Amino acid sequence: MPIWQESRIVAAAAETPRVRRLTLAVGWTRPFRAGQHVDVRLTAPDGYQAQRSYSIASSPTNPGTIDLLIERLDDGEVSGFFADVAEPGDAIELRGPIGGAFVWEPAQGGPLLLVGGGSGVVPLLAMLRHRAEAAPGVPALLLYSARTAADVIARDELMRRDAGEPGFRLRLALTREPGGRRIDAARIGEALAALGAPAHTFVCGSNPFVSAVSDLLVDAGVPAATIRTERFGGETP
Amino acid sequence: MVTRGFTGRRPPRPEAERLPPGQYLTEDFPVLQLGPTPRIDPARWSFTLREGSKPLKSWTWAEFDSLPRTRWKGDIHCVTKWSKFDTAWEGVTIDDLLAAAGIAAPTAYLLAEGYDDYTTNVPVADLTEGKAMVATRYAGEPITPDHGGPARLLVPHLYFWKSAKWVKGLRFTKVDEAGFWELRGYHMYGDPWREQRFTGD
Repeated sequence: MPIWQESRIVAAAAETPRVRRLTLAVGWTRPFRAGQHVDVRLTAPDGYQAQRSYSIASSPTNPGTIDLLIERLDDGEVSGFFADVAEPGDAIELRGPIGGAFVWEPAQGGPLLLVGGGSGVVPLLAMLRHRAEAAPGVPALLLYSARTAADVIARDELMRRDAGEPGFRLRLALTREPGGRRIDAARIGEALAALGAPAHTFVCGSNPFVSAVSDLLVDAGVPAATIRTERFGGETP
Repeated sequence: MVTRGFTGRRPPRPEAERLPPGQYLTEDFPVLQLGPTPRIDPARWSFTLREGSKPLKSWTWAEFDSLPRTRWKGDIHCVTKWSKFDTAWEGVTIDDLLAAAGIAAPTAYLLAEGYDDYTTNVPVADLTEGKAMVATRYAGEPITPDHGGPARLLVPHLYFWKSAKWVKGLRFTKVDEAGFWELRGYHMYGDPWREQRFTGD
């Protein structure tokens, strides 16, 4: 199973005002699966350590490196380090890939419904990127809720895929733009009508978001056993 | 390996001593589960002890609710790194369940089974002598569906994935059979103080 390895940051860039993209060189011998995450461990000079888990955003078809998209949390001990301190050339300890439930592989097929809230889109990006490269015939739809257009992670790429990939559709729900709306039963209904009945649904975001969306999906007739969820945080935002 | 530029925010000492390695304290109560929260009708809820496929004893909600109740307060630790202190639970200990069923544990291992078809394995010795319960109340209230209500297993000395949510029964097994996460690379036992997160830890 995964052991701690030193991993070098090879690139870093602002993805959105609150999210930084870090590309790390990993020495993995086997490809990971889209949706998996890694654990990172930071060590202070006196030996104090902090660990966190982050989803992989990049496609498994680039096994030499992985992209992490790390949102700066208010007062975040580790996310603050990645936002302000970490730079290309630095090494951090990392282990992975981890996780065997919230994963999609081309052999699973589709239609594939991806529903993300905020930085919960990250593991879904790995899935839709992998799908584009390895299984472009699988119909997929990303329903993505973000606060404003500026908060949309990988916005240009998603718009380009929406325009250029016949099997992929993007539906944005911008909650804090003028006329913005949350994901509600109508949005879910529209997404299901556009995609067709999903064989696999992945929902990721804050717990209130994932709870609300997965209830809407079940109400809309999506079988609960075909829905996988990944959540952060507790019952209240 | 020291991480360049990382100083970290150390918890105060009494807090640090209560945190297993690699864990941080949260005031929140994060929710983790595989899929949607199952919709469980208390009128159809039941809890069953089985040996393999053979039912040994089953309780309806009303029957379960009349079993002797025990309170427990302490710290819980999730493999996703958060720990939460002083959580207060109430439920029926596994000792009281076995006594009410009039049986001794028939094997040394079992799988806890959830209404969402989740499973996780725990040695019987880690459930008896007051070490675990089927909890129905948290912080003085019925456990909410997102946290595993109406009833969840509580095995607080192991990582919290062992504390199966929406538990519908315990299935005794002849050998230590891997459950859902244990089949996917997570540790068979899961002691947070030995940081047994993954196979081989």
